[in-house]
Amino acid sequence: MLSSLFGSGDGGGNLLERLKSGIEKTRAGLVSKIEDVVHGKKEIDADLLEELEYTLITADIGVRTATEILETIRQRVDRHLVSDASEIRGLIRQHLLEVLSASERPMVRVDAPPLVIMMVGVNGAGKTTTTGKLARRLQDEGKSVLMAAADTFRAAAIEQLQVWADRAETDIIKQTQGSDPSAVIFDAMQAGRARKSDFVIIDTAGRLQNKEHLMAELEKMRRTAARVIPDAPHEVFLVLDATTGQNGLEQARKFTESGGVTGIVLTKLDGTAKGGVAIAIARELNLPIRYIGVGEKVTDLLPFNAETYIASLFD
Amino acid sequence: MSVCLLMFDNLSDKLQRVFKNLRGEGKLTAENMEAALREIRVALLEADVHFKVVKQLIEAVKEKALGQEVLASLSPAQQVVKIVNEELIKTLGTHASRLRFANEPPTVIMIVGLQGSGKTTSSAKLARWLSKNQHAPLLVSVDVYRPAARDQLAVLAKQLALPIYTGTAEETKPLELAKSARREAVQTGRDVILIDTAGRLHIDDALMAELAELKETFQPTEILFVADAMTGQDAVKSAEQFHKQLGITGIILTKMDGDARGGAALSIRSITGQPLKYIGLGEKPDAFELFHPDRVANRILGMGDVLSLIEKVEETIDKKQAEEMQRKLIDNEFTLTDFRNQLKQIRKLGPIGDLMGMMPSLPGMGGGMMKELKNAKVDEKELNRVVAIIDSMTPKERENHMIINGSRRRRIAKGSGTSVEDVNNLLKQYTQARKMMKAFSGTLSGQGFLGKKLSKLGKLPSLGDLGNFKF
Ligand SMILES: Nc1nc2c(ncn2[C@@H]2O[C@H](COP(=O)(O)OP(=O)(O)OP(=O)(O)O)[C@@H](O)[C@H]2O)c(=O)[nH]1
Ligand SMILES: Nc1nc2c(ncn2[C@@H]2O[C@H](COP(=O)(O)OP(=O)(O)OP(=O)(O)O)[C@@H](O)[C@H]2O)c(=O)[nH]1
Ligand SMILES: [Mg+2]
Ligand SMILES: [Mg+2]
Repeated sequence: MLSSLFGSGDGGGNLLERLKSGIEKTRAGLVSKIEDVVHGKKEIDADLLEELEYTLITADIGVRTATEILETIRQRVDRHLVSDASEIRGLIRQHLLEVLSASERPMVRVDAPPLVIMMVGVNGAGKTTTTGKLARRLQDEGKSVLMAAADTFRAAAIEQLQVWADRAETDIIKQTQGSDPSAVIFDAMQAGRARKSDFVIIDTAGRLQNKEHLMAELEKMRRTAARVIPDAPHEVFLVLDATTGQNGLEQARKFTESGGVTGIVLTKLDGTAKGGVAIAIARELNLPIRYIGVGEKVTDLLPFNAETYIASLFD
Repeated sequence: MSVCLLMFDNLSDKLQRVFKNLRGEGKLTAENMEAALREIRVALLEADVHFKVVKQLIEAVKEKALGQEVLASLSPAQQVVKIVNEELIKTLGTHASRLRFANEPPTVIMIVGLQGSGKTTSSAKLARWLSKNQHAPLLVSVDVYRPAARDQLAVLAKQLALPIYTGTAEETKPLELAKSARREAVQTGRDVILIDTAGRLHIDDALMAELAELKETFQPTEILFVADAMTGQDAVKSAEQFHKQLGITGIILTKMDGDARGGAALSIRSITGQPLKYIGLGEKPDAFELFHPDRVANRILGMGDVLSLIEKVEETIDKKQAEEMQRKLIDNEFTLTDFRNQLKQIRKLGPIGDLMGMMPSLPGMGGGMMKELKNAKVDEKELNRVVAIIDSMTPKERENHMIINGSRRRRIAKGSGTSVEDVNNLLKQYTQARKMMKAFSGTLSGQGFLGKKLSKLGKLPSLGDLGNFKF
């Protein structure tokens, strides 16, 4: 069982296949339900729309986004642009794709390394695990990575990241529990520059977005990074648990405000949750989804691509 | 808080618009409730209550509200909110639920749940809570998978100076670890063993079987499912599976210190039928409380302020008393005793602005006046002083303020620890309030519905005016 959880995994294979199997459970929920709806019925009526609403809302897409999608469909039906229920699938797919593609953009590049990535998010979302997985992924691509253990608050957070550093075979900059996270970041920025690391990934402590002092601390951490390396952190990933409901929107708003979020990592998609709030977030805050987490193994992090994602949901 | 208030504003504004046309209609009907229920449905979905649970709830509310007298409550909108709230509380469980302990110690409690929900933190919190409540807990982590998971619990135990079985390097199996912990508990006379388990997905058959085996071996009296308050619609699936495969006995709702509305609590409770027992309110070990259904219900609905005000109004203002007051006003019998009683009511009600905020605009009052009343602040200290002054009067003086001459004023000031000037001011304000209230009741008494509403609320306008008192 140990190996099933933490075995190294092959990491290879066709990306679409891996993505598909990774989010198979998601697929089983959202897509098959839409398909049920679509195949079971011929005519588009109120019942059908309600069932679609059910499907969208139980995927955590949110009332507003769900209503918007259904409204689009309703209008087309009214204008006799759609008559066959089977066209609905295409419509929904197209709509979701538009929403997600609109926020897509390439990762930031830097002239002089290191490129600094900071992981932020609420407690238990998967920041530390994602730091480990991402480090491994970048190492596998031949890049050098340095980790910064800037969660100096939670019990054994540093030890946890240390294990991931070992797994990813990267160096780690750390101090002791209770030390100033900004001080750790300061050290890590200097070390990253001195060692000419390609990437520095900062793991931060989990914080709820309504805690003002903790959000202020986050701002200070960013300022500290920028003092050593101008523009750092270049990317700030909001790590979002796919089981999160509508509070995800508030997380995205507040972390963008104080944390300067530039992208999202959607974790725990190997469960049955759909992570639909990420679609609402992409739509409202124009944030790209960068990676998805599909397990607890070091290889269980996949790059996100709207097209592939929707394709794997619908095809 | 600000989010909460914003929600409240939205919903209550919407509901007020919805009910604008309902005034004068005597009863809640399916038709006139439809729009309101639609708004409530959206509010509940936005709070992450599961789609189906929302549907059931709305049905229940409809059934209960149908045919109720509109005038029986503060306003139709508030009445519907109140019914929804009652249904929420009913679903969440009507009282805080206690832990069960084994007849033969040690009691075994298993802590289970999805990854990152807060199991380890809650285990430490519960151990602390138990040790403060005449128990001797022993902690053990059987999370042999997540990096530094066992360290994490060990650090917490050390911080709290609570005993933990940390195991040896060779002990890498959950069952072994738990067995050793039980042995240690028996040897050292600990009466409760808290088993912190690894996070797992409800669809991970191997890991779910591991929990079932632990259960089989240790026959825990409690299997507590730890759920994150931020969880969305998926809460029903995970909770249902954990319950199906293990038979959970209770729920700990964590991260309630955030601004999530916590609708998942309702979903989990209704799908498993198991009680919510504790809530986690922070990362620190003392941020842990018994679960109170009413508080969580208020939060899910996002109208906590309104609800507590409805309650307060109902508790504090006796309808008959208010009607009597109205009569007295009209007959110009409003005495200093009545005045004092009203002040006492304000004190129970809290800030007058809050109360005015929940009242629909009364046509009898201009918008400016409503605003003024909303902004009126009642100074607690001043209120106490006024009450003290009136309390120092003789019954005769209270019945007839005209007899209060110079020497009486000096006596009253001395008795109440105030100055003669304070007493003078009070009497001046009293006569002014009396005049104003009389004028008010005059404009309102002819308006049927509104008059009744006002009498139910016990002369709010005059109370608002009191806020402007300067002593
Ligand atoms: N199934 C699954 N579990 C995950 C995934 N990502 C993280 N986890 C698990 O989620 C739990 C929390 O992950 P962490 O990385 O510790 O989360 P964190 O955000 O660093 O937590 P704090 O630092 O305490 O705020 C751990 O048990 C991880 O193994 C994922 O993609 N899938
Ligand atoms: N703000 C807040 N944070 C909490 C609460 N309960 C737990 N946490 C935090 O949530 C994160 C995860 O908590 P853990 O206790 O490690 O969760 P877990 O369920 O044991 O996680 P795994 O063992 O990885 O599955 C940590 O950062 C905790 O400090 C709470 O009530 N409020
Ligand atoms: Mg962490
Ligand atoms: Mg744990």
